[in-house]
Amino acid sequence: MAFFEGKGMTGGYGGVDIITSCTINVNQGEIVAILGPNGAGKSTAMKAMLGLLNLKSGTVAIDGQDISKLSPQDRVKRGISFVPQTRNVFTGLTVKENLEMGAFLRDEDLDKIINEIYELFPILDEKKSQIVGELSGGQRQQVALGRALMTKPSVLMLDEPTAGVSPIVMDELFNHILKVKKTNVAIIMVEQNAKQALSISDRGYVLVTGENKFEGSGKELLNDPEVRRSFLGA
Amino acid sequence: MDFINAIILLLNYIVVPALSYGSQLALGAIFVTLIYGILRFANFATGDMMAFGTMFSVLLTWYFQSKGIGLGVLPTALLTIPFSIIMMILYMLIIDKLVFRYYRIKKSPPVQLAMVSIGVLFVTQAIVRIIIGPFDRRFLDGEKFILKAIEFKEMTGLNEGLTIKTTQVITIVVTVIVVSLLFWFLNKTRTGKSMRAYSDNEDLALLSGIDPNRVVMITWMIAGVLATIGGVLYGLDKSFKPFVYFNNMLPIFAAAIVGGIGNPFGAFLGGYVIAFAEIFITYAYKKFFMYLLPESLEPDSLMQLLSTDYKFAVSFSILVIVLLFRPTGIFKGKVL
Repeated sequence: MAFFEGKGMTGGYGGVDIITSCTINVNQGEIVAILGPNGAGKSTAMKAMLGLLNLKSGTVAIDGQDISKLSPQDRVKRGISFVPQTRNVFTGLTVKENLEMGAFLRDEDLDKIINEIYELFPILDEKKSQIVGELSGGQRQQVALGRALMTKPSVLMLDEPTAGVSPIVMDELFNHILKVKKTNVAIIMVEQNAKQALSISDRGYVLVTGENKFEGSGKELLNDPEVRRSFLGA
Repeated sequence: MDFINAIILLLNYIVVPALSYGSQLALGAIFVTLIYGILRFANFATGDMMAFGTMFSVLLTWYFQSKGIGLGVLPTALLTIPFSIIMMILYMLIIDKLVFRYYRIKKSPPVQLAMVSIGVLFVTQAIVRIIIGPFDRRFLDGEKFILKAIEFKEMTGLNEGLTIKTTQVITIVVTVIVVSLLFWFLNKTRTGKSMRAYSDNEDLALLSGIDPNRVVMITWMIAGVLATIGGVLYGLDKSFKPFVYFNNMLPIFAAAIVGGIGNPFGAFLGGYVIAFAEIFITYAYKKFFMYLLPESLEPDSLMQLLSTDYKFAVSFSILVIVLLFRPTGIFKGKVL
């Protein structure tokens, strides 16, 4: 039994099902990548696990407890944190305020958690009083990651964390994600940059038209000729 | 000497009145901008909500006066403000629960909510007229002047007098206190920051665990404070007439938009921009030039750019010009 699992999830927005009996799971201290062509339902699968989508069938469970009926806010309270692909920071607030808002539900000493985040992302300490709207794309993504980590989540879900950043920044962000993994967080990410994502992932899922098509360890998928031909472009 | 007289003339007829009128507009404009930033609609009932709060202040002033309770040299109305604020907040929360909440949950577009607020405008206007009537009321008591023109002339030996009304000083002092408290609240407290976060990015605020119902409630409470204080200060300085409050909506909206809608600091400064513009353009400068120019060049006309009857045209023109050339306002709008 995996730590965080969406099992046989079927659903969509409105009439048509975007994902069909899709199963994704992740354990603590593990990075799982969800890959697939455009419109395969990658983000939708992730949103279903967060509760942003009403499922027709299937269950979502964390640590053995069924949370399928909970609202996204209640799932956040259960230790699931989500970084959306766009609009994932409060652009008008300072870096420090963004982090404070991330831990809005926590009552204990915020400074301690904020300092932990600064250790993970040193650039945020440097820019803590700056308005986030003035930061570069890569720095913003770090703010977004930091904000999501403020709740001390056990599961972190990232929707295309490297979309629209340069290759150098992408490597830096992946390094940060690996650091987060070491703090024993379960990480699920949806990625367009499949090769790079698989190289840092423990496992990967390839979705096609909303169904699980391939799954396996990062290495297996990278070496699977069919996966390579269809999705990795080589 | 003539030069100093000219300066005193401008101070007396432009700067002092514009500072107090600007403060009153600023409070209204921050009210508009908060509602726009957090509840995401233009609240057309602004002026009449201010009239609603002021109405309680007028009624309570009469009651206190009949009981002989007062503040000596200060207007009794100051004593009534806390009670009026409570009534105003209650009214706003009830309206929100009965009307706005439904459209918010349905996620109606902002335009629809603005239309709904016009409905609220008519209802509020009717309630005010049923309770207190449409007439012009003065409820100022206590000492009227801090500095009288005659005293100033005797003190300085100048031809021109400088008058400072008690209400003008009260307006400016109260505005500075209220606005400072508001900015402290928005920038330093957790609740204030959560309001800014909610205004900035609603979805992410929800994911961070910020309770939208609480944010909305606190927004209306702050709005109630701003509306009542702004309304009472205006009423003390001029007079309380519901129709005038309805009309004030135009300069108040102009101030909020000039400052960049959604930006409270912009709205604060916008209030003064509009007030100064209105008074600068509608003031008759004849006497001013009489002091400065030699007798042979004395102007025959009033030297007035626009009659005071057109002062709303000034705010309206500024509104249109800003919307055409800098729609986000002087300060960047749409952020709180």
